[in-house]
Amino acid sequence: MATAEQLSGQRPAQDQTIVEFDVRTDEMLVNMGPQHPSTHGVLRLVLRTDGEVISEVSPHLGYLHRCAEKIGENVTPIQFIPYTDRMDYLAAMNMNLGYSLAVEKLCGMKVPEKAQVIRVIIAELNRIASHLVGMGAYGLDLGTFSPFLYAFREREMILDLFEDVCGARLTYSYITIGGVHDDLPEGWVQRCQEFLDYLKPRVEEYHTLLTRNHIFVKRTAAIGILPRDLALSHGCTGPMLRGSLDRSQGDPEWDLRRLEPYCGYDQYDFRVIVPPFPEAPAEAVLGDCWHRFYVRMLELVESIKLVEQGLHRYPSAQGSHRIEQPRVLPAGEAYVETECPRGQMGFYVVGRPGKDAVPLRVRARSSSFCNLSVTDDLCRGCLIADVPAIVGSIDIVMGEIDR
Amino acid sequence: MTSAEVVGILEQKFGPRIKSRNLEAIDPFVTVEPQDLVEVCRFLKEEERLRFDILNCISGVDYLEPDPKKVAKAGFEPHLEVVYHLSSSRPQGTPPRVQRFVLKVILPRWKEGQPGSLPEVPSVTSLWRTADWHEREVYDLSGVFFTGHPNLTRILLAEDWVGYPLRKDYEYPLEYHGIRGR
Repeated sequence: MATAEQLSGQRPAQDQTIVEFDVRTDEMLVNMGPQHPSTHGVLRLVLRTDGEVISEVSPHLGYLHRCAEKIGENVTPIQFIPYTDRMDYLAAMNMNLGYSLAVEKLCGMKVPEKAQVIRVIIAELNRIASHLVGMGAYGLDLGTFSPFLYAFREREMILDLFEDVCGARLTYSYITIGGVHDDLPEGWVQRCQEFLDYLKPRVEEYHTLLTRNHIFVKRTAAIGILPRDLALSHGCTGPMLRGSLDRSQGDPEWDLRRLEPYCGYDQYDFRVIVPPFPEAPAEAVLGDCWHRFYVRMLELVESIKLVEQGLHRYPSAQGSHRIEQPRVLPAGEAYVETECPRGQMGFYVVGRPGKDAVPLRVRARSSSFCNLSVTDDLCRGCLIADVPAIVGSIDIVMGEIDR
Repeated sequence: MTSAEVVGILEQKFGPRIKSRNLEAIDPFVTVEPQDLVEVCRFLKEEERLRFDILNCISGVDYLEPDPKKVAKAGFEPHLEVVYHLSSSRPQGTPPRVQRFVLKVILPRWKEGQPGSLPEVPSVTSLWRTADWHEREVYDLSGVFFTGHPNLTRILLAEDWVGYPLRKDYEYPLEYHGIRGR
């Protein structure tokens, strides 16, 4: 594991990426994206480079801006749910959940137990699907194609399960204000359990394919080291932050499911993944790309456990799957953050003082937006070839950043 | 620590410079004048008892009823709010829970009442790096000028975009570089 000076965010002295040039090179601006395959959507990075070494990265956003916040203040909360789908489209259920919780907090609604159990099952399944894509796409960024195919094979099964509950495969609008749109269909619990039994042994295969793969470790270990304080200052959350925390230094288990439980997460048994990992390869340094990736992989296993507990609770859960929401929003404002696959997604809803069905303001605090803002600090001094590795390890979804 | 205790500590330190407080709100908040913002934020971040070292979100909220028929029952005077959602990286209590706090700055919609000149708030980028992009976004969409920001440019919209879309009186453009708007 890492030494103290490595933990402080300094690159190790023997780092092979520090290239010495005996030829004078000119500074050059290189455009990466917005159509570059490794930028995960339409992100444009302008790299200021000296030969192969990067001196500055400036991300240019906004190519996918669809004025979601402006739309939010012109439609009722229930009409806005489909727009939240299109924010983080890889974890649309989690987006639905975040916005629903914000409106429910504003209205003071109490959601029945059954709806909460379904929400946990569905949100965690979507977290699995999202982390699978994160894993597969990260392999793709680093030049290996096969993990992507395996990840999509498994994700396909989750999409089939989602199709059974709501009819959609990408933009679900299933979790809605007051609960979930429909109850789980007959036999769904059984099918979901079968899927989990299928998935569990596969996780080890992914570790063999990527986590312990020599080339993968070479490309990710000690690359893009994010110190804890920089992560907090930039508001990084989710696996990005947890990959930089250190349990042995007394850092908290920074996961809102644990620290600010919603949907009854405090009654579930799960582990918050915080390094150090004894099984980490010797080259890996706390807060590097490898740690961020590995946190995601372990969270996937925890989500499987959570879904299983949810399935176990579902048959005996009390109440309905949905309650009616008030016709008008009360005055006041509510801010709710939930733990989405990419970090803490916040929704801030302001009701009009002269009660109305349409909110005065809807604000989405995007986790990827904050996570991406740290790219410049991470990429300085690394090679151009490391940029896809670093940006991939942040696991961004542009739909959520640009909204 | 409850929000009331946080407000107590703030009022003890700053006295009347804490303009107003609302402890009955769902998320209790205090308001400060723009010129006191950085000092209050620094205290919130660095005071040992508080340690609000994470800036979660900066939002601009435009209070304006554009429809003249509805102004009478809108229930507010036209103004602009910049809302800072803070949290602490040290969870407290048993079981540990996230500590949160909300700070607001209330601004006129236009500086000195002149449409087109943006109201000003000092930037908090020196305290939290999150503020960099968030302030750019609020400037871009809500039209608030953050003085002292290192690079206050539009972030989501194009550099040559006209207007601030999250203002309630924003008029949708008819065309942009030959693309029809409606």
